[in-house]
Amino acid sequence: MITVENLSKVYDGTTVVDAVSMVIEKNTTTVIVGTSGSGKSTLLRMINRLVEPTGGRVLIEGRDTREEPAHLLRRRIGYAIQGHGLFPHRTVAENIGTVPQLLGWSAARIQARVEELLQVFQLDPKAYADAMPHELSGGQQQRVGVARALAAEPAVLLMDEPFGALDPIIRAKAQEDLLEIRRRFGTTIVLVTHDMDEAFHLGDRVAVMSGGRLLQYDRPARLLTQPADPFVARMTGMGDRAMRLLSLTTAGEAALPGRGSGPAVTASASLREALSELVWQGADSAQVVDADGTARGHLTLDAILRHGRPS
Amino acid sequence: MRPATLLRCAALALLVSFLLAPQRFAPLFAPLTQYGAPPIYDQGNLLSLALAHLGTVCLAAAASTLLAVTLGILVTRESGREFLPLSRTLVNIGQTFPPVAVLAVTVPLVGFGERPTLIALFAYGLLPIFENTIVGLQTCPPAVLEAASGMGMSARQRLFKVELPLAMPLILEGVRLSLVINVGTATIGSTVAAKGLGEVIIAGLLSNNTAFILQGGLVTGLMAILLYDGMAAFERRLLRSVRIE
Repeated sequence: MITVENLSKVYDGTTVVDAVSMVIEKNTTTVIVGTSGSGKSTLLRMINRLVEPTGGRVLIEGRDTREEPAHLLRRRIGYAIQGHGLFPHRTVAENIGTVPQLLGWSAARIQARVEELLQVFQLDPKAYADAMPHELSGGQQQRVGVARALAAEPAVLLMDEPFGALDPIIRAKAQEDLLEIRRRFGTTIVLVTHDMDEAFHLGDRVAVMSGGRLLQYDRPARLLTQPADPFVARMTGMGDRAMRLLSLTTAGEAALPGRGSGPAVTASASLREALSELVWQGADSAQVVDADGTARGHLTLDAILRHGRPS
Repeated sequence: MRPATLLRCAALALLVSFLLAPQRFAPLFAPLTQYGAPPIYDQGNLLSLALAHLGTVCLAAAASTLLAVTLGILVTRESGREFLPLSRTLVNIGQTFPPVAVLAVTVPLVGFGERPTLIALFAYGLLPIFENTIVGLQTCPPAVLEAASGMGMSARQRLFKVELPLAMPLILEGVRLSLVINVGTATIGSTVAAKGLGEVIIAGLLSNNTAFILQGGLVTGLMAILLYDGMAAFERRLLRSVRIE
């Protein structure tokens, strides 16, 4: 659990982050969104003290982050950035092994961990462990960057626009990887982005920042149905808020009992995708099935549409 | 073997054989002498002069490298930033002040011999190393530096594990430049009785013996070229071992 208390940062009389307080629960993904200059990156960087706060404090598992030297604190916190920042003079394996090496792990343990992570990120250790960063594609470099951040099994992973430089297809893949990482390692993830779709897709909770202030910190659905501020409503998008809301629920969660008729929709698909499928097929009901094809229930057009408005 | 490598080997062979047995080249230089003057420098051993010359240059370069790199590191740290203009001025003075003038100033202070020459070469060689160190350190990609700090490297670890390795190609280039310039410049040391190849040239000038002047000049020139190439090859090997290409 990360507790941010009254955190502020002032640069030469300009308040960049203004008395932000928030509690980030363990094993959740929190996304901080905001326009550029909203202070979102500064807030993130104050958590691992790459930026020292002017006021307030950060507690991780109840411990004040100022209790230990900043560089020791950072070894316990994963950090991934846009443009990956891989060390160009070190191999992929050495890059990933950076923090374990700083922590003094044995060579065998580092190697085992590197191989495990390469496999998690679908990079064949035999082909990639000894490759240099410049030999990898952009998507692979980004994956190595995240693998490096996770190498020492940090409980907290901070990410600053990690997918900003990726094309849409690789980006979607990277986002799926991230959800998988949280399931697999139980990492608490704090991610900064300016992309609202990314925030809604990844975030268990979303924090909206503007002008250094935290405007709203809530579950994605509540940002849509009960925006605390006109700016939040603008950020989340008025035009397609119903569709956004539909994208937050999966077909499996909304499925009604009983076997229906019509096209099959997988349980993990969002209601937005299910609706799209119904419109496309000209049907008014769908069957919900698991990935292996077993029936999970059914959905009607009405049932789907009910999820797209505030209850 | 590539033609360039072949040429280098030939140049090295020529230099070594001339230094080991200069008398064998006497017929080549004889047409340049008048009134039966000796065609080959005979007032000292050419090999030991060349080695002394090289030794002086290398010693001066080692000292320049040590100071220039240390200074370059200090002025690119957050705490040393304000000393950058001052250091730059000092190093620039070292470069613009003619080495001959440095000799004139230092001889009364430290006496004749090696020492004034070392001081002159040391001052003259600072600039390329200093400037290259600064450029190398300042052009490390910001994302890489941010990542290094974000991973939990201390300032010292970041410097030695990331910044210096990334700046190494430029620093070595500066050292190479400084070395080569000083192989030529070191010949003036002989005006203040430092042992070196300048002695041969000065002897030639004094006795109007073109053969001596040519010998001193050629040996110095060949040494500079070979040193330059040797350093470049050494750099490539070193960089490959730390894998910066």
